[in-house]
Amino acid sequence: MAGKQMEMTGAEMVLQALKDNGVEHIFGYPGGAVLPIYDELHQQDDIEHILVRHEQGAGHMAEGYARSTGKPGVVLVTSGPGATNVVTALQDALMDSIPLVCLTGQVPTSLIGSDAFQECDTVGITRPCTKHNWLVKDVNQLSRVIHEAFRIATTGRPGPVVVDIPKDVQFATGIYTPPSPVIEQKSYQPKLSGDLEKIRAAIDLMAGAKRPIIYSGGGVINSGREASQLLRELVELTGFPITSTLMGLGAYPASGKNWMGMLGMHGTYEANMAMHDCDVMICIGARFDDRITGRLDAFSPNSKKIHIDIDPSSINKNVHTDIGILGDIGHVLEDMVRLWRASKKTDRSQLADWWTQIAKWKGRNSLAYPSNKDVIMPQYAIQRLYELTKNRDTYITTEVGQHQMWAAQFYGFEEPNRWMTSGGLGTMGYGFPAAVGVQVAHRDSLVIDIAGDASIQMCIQEMSCAVQYELPVKIFILNNQYMGMVRQWQQLLHGNRLSHSYTESMPDFVMLAEAYGGVGIRCDKPDDLDGAIQQMIDTPRPVIFDCRVAALANCFPMIPSGKAHNEMLLPDEATDEAVANAIDAKGRALV
Amino acid sequence: MNAQHQPTGSAYFIAAETARPESHTLSVLVDNEPGVLARVIGLFSGRGYNIESLTVSETEHEAHLSRITIVTTATPNVLEQIKSQLERIVPVHRVVDLTVRSAELGHDKPLERELALIKVSGTGDNRVEALRLADAFRAQVIDANTEHFIFEITGRVSKIEQFIAIMRPLGLVEICRTGIAAMNRGPQGM
Repeated sequence: MAGKQMEMTGAEMVLQALKDNGVEHIFGYPGGAVLPIYDELHQQDDIEHILVRHEQGAGHMAEGYARSTGKPGVVLVTSGPGATNVVTALQDALMDSIPLVCLTGQVPTSLIGSDAFQECDTVGITRPCTKHNWLVKDVNQLSRVIHEAFRIATTGRPGPVVVDIPKDVQFATGIYTPPSPVIEQKSYQPKLSGDLEKIRAAIDLMAGAKRPIIYSGGGVINSGREASQLLRELVELTGFPITSTLMGLGAYPASGKNWMGMLGMHGTYEANMAMHDCDVMICIGARFDDRITGRLDAFSPNSKKIHIDIDPSSINKNVHTDIGILGDIGHVLEDMVRLWRASKKTDRSQLADWWTQIAKWKGRNSLAYPSNKDVIMPQYAIQRLYELTKNRDTYITTEVGQHQMWAAQFYGFEEPNRWMTSGGLGTMGYGFPAAVGVQVAHRDSLVIDIAGDASIQMCIQEMSCAVQYELPVKIFILNNQYMGMVRQWQQLLHGNRLSHSYTESMPDFVMLAEAYGGVGIRCDKPDDLDGAIQQMIDTPRPVIFDCRVAALANCFPMIPSGKAHNEMLLPDEATDEAVANAIDAKGRALV
Repeated sequence: MNAQHQPTGSAYFIAAETARPESHTLSVLVDNEPGVLARVIGLFSGRGYNIESLTVSETEHEAHLSRITIVTTATPNVLEQIKSQLERIVPVHRVVDLTVRSAELGHDKPLERELALIKVSGTGDNRVEALRLADAFRAQVIDANTEHFIFEITGRVSKIEQFIAIMRPLGLVEICRTGIAAMNRGPQGM
């Protein structure tokens, strides 16, 4: 009945609008202020609802769902605590540019402002942590607002939106208007195509480069699969080395010959040194975050910088850009590839010295770690996990901390949308619900949350959800009994005084898995690891894998706070003394 | 309002900010919808930008458009950020840096006017003096009895501040100011 207006209740409109926007799954938790919508959900089969155990879980599941599919994730929660619990996930999605549509119930319009039961100022609370939000007081505006919400969440720089719907509006009857192909909104018009003059100037600059580097980010993945293809094509055509942010892993394959590994605080030596010494930097869909740049006044001091981004506020925010190209990565890369092909300047020999230098840096083997026959090294655990899963249809999520950095360093991503991690906000508790969301979208795939023993306990309740929906998510815990990254920073910054970073009382993760109805596996010997990982892969149920690893391993290489790219702390130089003196007084104040 | 002069962006701005802060007047055209002012103000407080003056009112009723005039002080880089950040707000239609625009148009600076209501109470010489000075400043008397005047004065910020300073010893009781309304000279629209 597309294009036809129909009379229905607000709650019916919500379901209709979700269907009309192509929604198949939503993540939610019922409560007083959303009961009319839940009643409608009960009476239909088109949309599958996943019942979470905590609203934060719903938000992260929707994020995982969105990142692995490229479609918006949809969340449905009640008023008051339902809405406030989802705030962390909203901010997470805002910082990582993930499209989420979050529907919240609200107390009836007549009670708004009266401190009613389970009332909170949802639009006020979520205003700074959403791309946009709405309180819908008129049922006749509801369908328009929901359609607009999907458009804003998914276009331009994607992000989370909130639609707050008072209970009386859900009950009220009004006119439903289907999504219109004609966009009525005048104020919000994201620009897709880049300025051709600037793209030409960028191509000229690149053609003359002797020490170029491509630095790509999550924007490439957000732009869609074609953007990743075009990026690969551009790298192939130019012969330039490429590094990526945490968010951008997989856009260019880790097995690709021009791949330098991740850059930034825990990036490879070669990637960071190349960033520092390059003469032309091409930043594609990344935002010069502080984890990437290190000390700004020493950041890549002698390079011309080209920055492609869809968000004008990202250009020239932290780092001065010589050529800023505003537009969608896919569109701009298409032009770049076309113009590069048309130009005759493809003399690869001018890059020979640069590649020789890069090979020297690579020779430093900055990801090296001491091997150990008796204790599982965390890096080794990730390497084995990678080797045993790389030929499967695998998705990886992580929590936040050392394990996250080791996963980024040692797991090789060949395709986009296969890697889900909380980059901007750094949300402990993200990975497991995100993995559940990924598994909802990809029932037959292998979905693994690489976790830490501290992070996993922040959203562990979703085990119950995974078991209920028979989602065989695997939680691979690098268990070192510490909040490893906190401990590492205390060692670096605070004289190794390990204030509250050791978990003295840890649950028995095997029994915990069993208590939830899942499967628990424990492994503490390097020799047993492959067999245990294989057992995890072969188990068609949710698994918690308690991988006991070396307790005091540090994550290297590292750019200490307040230092530049060429001042990395490398694993073979990281003596206790070097670690203790790595950060000076100024750096200590930074995060 | 936000007295911080912190550079924005990353905590890794270790280098001292060398550029000098400048005062600029921004005109922001927005949809007149609930919460739009909160979005703008929240952006300034959340990112540590200054607001020195802010006025807002609906300007086009049919089109549901309001015009917000903001005076802010920041370095050129931060001013560029402020403009870009404002443009990201969904109900924002246009952001014009009037100070930059007026320079492009070959003018000194945008036209800026403020209105103030000023209550002065007193008797005798002070009262006569207040009235005489008000006349010199072209302030209107909009309310009075034998013990007070309320003056309405319109003009540049400096004029209003001068008038207030003069009235202070003459029995100044209360001040209300609108904040700055601004527009560029010439036939072009914003």
